[in-house]
Amino acid sequence: MSDKTTMHQPLDEVPPPAVAPLDPRLLVREEGFKGYLTEFKRKMKGGELGSLPVIVALIIIWTIFQLKDSLFLSSANMVNICYFMAGTGMLAVGLVFVLLLGEIDLSVASVSGLAAAVFASLSVTHGVNAWVAVVLTVLTGIAIGAVHGFFFAKIGVPAFVVTLAGFLGWTGLMQWLLRGTGSLTIQDKGLLHVLGQRSFFMNQSIAGAYILATLGVAALLIGSLIDQTRRRAAGVPYRPTSEILVRTIALAVVAYVAAYVLNKSAGVPNALVIFLATLVICDFVLRRTTFGRKVFAVGGSIEAARRAGINVAMIRIVVFAISGGFAAIGGLFLAGQTYTATLQAGTGNLLMLAIAAAVIGGTSLFGGRGNVWSALLGMLVIQSIQTGLDLLNMDQSIQYMITGAVLLAAVVVDSVSRRTQRSSGRA
Amino acid sequence: MVHVSATPVLALRGVSKRFGAVQALTDVELEVHAGEVVALVGDNGAGKSTLVKTIAGVHPVDEGVIEWEGRSVHINRPQDAQGLGIATVYQDLALCDNLDVVGNLYLGRELLRYGSLDEVTMEKRSRELLNTLSIRIPSVRIPIASLSGGQRQVVAIARALIGEPKVVILDEPTAALGVEQTAQVLDLVERLRERRLGVILISHNMADVTAVADTVHVLRLGKNNGAFPVKGTTNEQIIAAITGATDNAVTRRLARNAEATQ
Ligand SMILES: Nc1ncnc2c1ncn2[C@@H]1O[C@H](COP(=O)(O)OP(=O)(O)O)[C@@H](O)[C@H]1O
Ligand SMILES: [Mg+2]
Repeated sequence: MSDKTTMHQPLDEVPPPAVAPLDPRLLVREEGFKGYLTEFKRKMKGGELGSLPVIVALIIIWTIFQLKDSLFLSSANMVNICYFMAGTGMLAVGLVFVLLLGEIDLSVASVSGLAAAVFASLSVTHGVNAWVAVVLTVLTGIAIGAVHGFFFAKIGVPAFVVTLAGFLGWTGLMQWLLRGTGSLTIQDKGLLHVLGQRSFFMNQSIAGAYILATLGVAALLIGSLIDQTRRRAAGVPYRPTSEILVRTIALAVVAYVAAYVLNKSAGVPNALVIFLATLVICDFVLRRTTFGRKVFAVGGSIEAARRAGINVAMIRIVVFAISGGFAAIGGLFLAGQTYTATLQAGTGNLLMLAIAAAVIGGTSLFGGRGNVWSALLGMLVIQSIQTGLDLLNMDQSIQYMITGAVLLAAVVVDSVSRRTQRSSGRA
Repeated sequence: MVHVSATPVLALRGVSKRFGAVQALTDVELEVHAGEVVALVGDNGAGKSTLVKTIAGVHPVDEGVIEWEGRSVHINRPQDAQGLGIATVYQDLALCDNLDVVGNLYLGRELLRYGSLDEVTMEKRSRELLNTLSIRIPSVRIPIASLSGGQRQVVAIARALIGEPKVVILDEPTAALGVEQTAQVLDLVERLRERRLGVILISHNMADVTAVADTVHVLRLGKNNGAFPVKGTTNEQIIAAITGATDNAVTRRLARNAEATQ
């Protein structure tokens, strides 16, 4: 949102008499590259770090692992990272919604494990149609989240306590569903086939990755140009064409390089495609709908939201339901990796990884600031570390310690940047 | 007093409100006509903010009736008040720090286009509104957090006007403002009267009150303590009603006469 403040005044705007269109104290960006640089420095000083820390972290992590193992940046390993980040990423997407409220959901990993068990028991034990079972599983997740939301919003129990209770309770339910066998094998069909490790966009066709890249780049370019036209017509500040081009080219470089690298191996995993599509939809919901605006408002000031007529309790319940739904979807993704529902699903460091991903990506723990793309950026970091440590055959004990340290680092960056923003009047 | 309609647009009849052990309001009466500025004055804790919140639907009344254009209405939620056409600017402004000026102005009544937020129109109208009110802020796209106290106040008032209300309630709008911004807010109040809105203005500042108000209602310890037309009333009379000071020439004479007749 903040980057819009730097947009240029339209040249053809007639300033209303006696009222200067711009306050002289406003920092207007200078034209050209130098302008970007001054703007960048000002933002850094003000604690508006944006995606910078995560990009720096990613470069450092990739460099270190590449030096340790030359296979790290290989196409096959990149496909691996892209495939395996989708499952945990889905949990992170749900958490972004919750974090925007300034709350936390500690149950997502356990709900994801339960979802796998529910799906397996429906489709395998009870022979329910694979697609119907998917729908029922996701509905289960949504219902569970709504229950958490109800206790938080209507009864007033702190969210972390409700979801901590859920964490234990839903793990128990999963164990009860898998009692006796301890694990169930899931059939490779329906959605779970699409989510499998050997399922690629357009059947591994080289065109697939480039089509996706082109779609993304074209959407950004066309969307920006339409927005520019409307803004110019309405006489409000708009992005100059040069800036639109720079942004489009930046995305194009990333998208086509990624497509090229993934194509050298098997192409784009379908799980990643679904993950990316989900991000686009959620981004739209959060930034372009009244529901999204309400979520930000509640995260910014509960009192202001309430007085604006927003049903705060309802927003909270819906957000926790969304989190539960994404936890269930993530559980299906994770089950699709091995085609089993096991007692181990949703245990270990999964919860920490999902929270870390959302926070590392730039969504604040303190509510009101963030976006769903942080789930993508954060997952890239997290999955790179996971995959890298696996490549180096690191023990799980080391993985846990490193994950803990990374989460702590992300939270420290978040807290420090919030403090800086406070002192420079931006939070 | 300027011309006012016969039926008050908003009237409170015998309104009471209690919070646990505190009887914040007792049998309060208040009338506001279209095109009238009613000042509500009283000491700290007199119940002014509480009265505002009952009208705005933040705290529903315990007893009494609220009448809107002559009809008795129930205001139980902020939406009820908004729906009638009552806009409130609270003493604690309650803006969302993380949203920008446009987002705050339109919070709760966003404009839509094909089902999604129409940011362009909202931004355009925000700029127009702020311009007609001569409100100067650096940009409508900066987060509220980066505005000064006075700028937040004018944004909060502008926010109240977005929904085209019939009654605007301003709770101590000038308390945190400098000289120039206070003058702006008072100009704004007069512009609201010209547009035939009813205005309830809460203020501690007698100069502000006498400058723009038509009628002054005094609240003391949660009860009405007199209503005065601004013309023909001195500041001393109002202040006496606020403080409950009975020790003045008028009351002494009354008391003596009462004793004499007994
Ligand atoms: N939410 C509340 N809960 C309990 N008591 C309240 C609440 N709001 C106001 N009061 C009490 O009501 C009385 C009137 O307060 P208020 O309306 O804020 O006064 P004013 O705005 O005139 O200074 C005070 O005694 C205050 O303590
Ligand atoms: Mg008050």
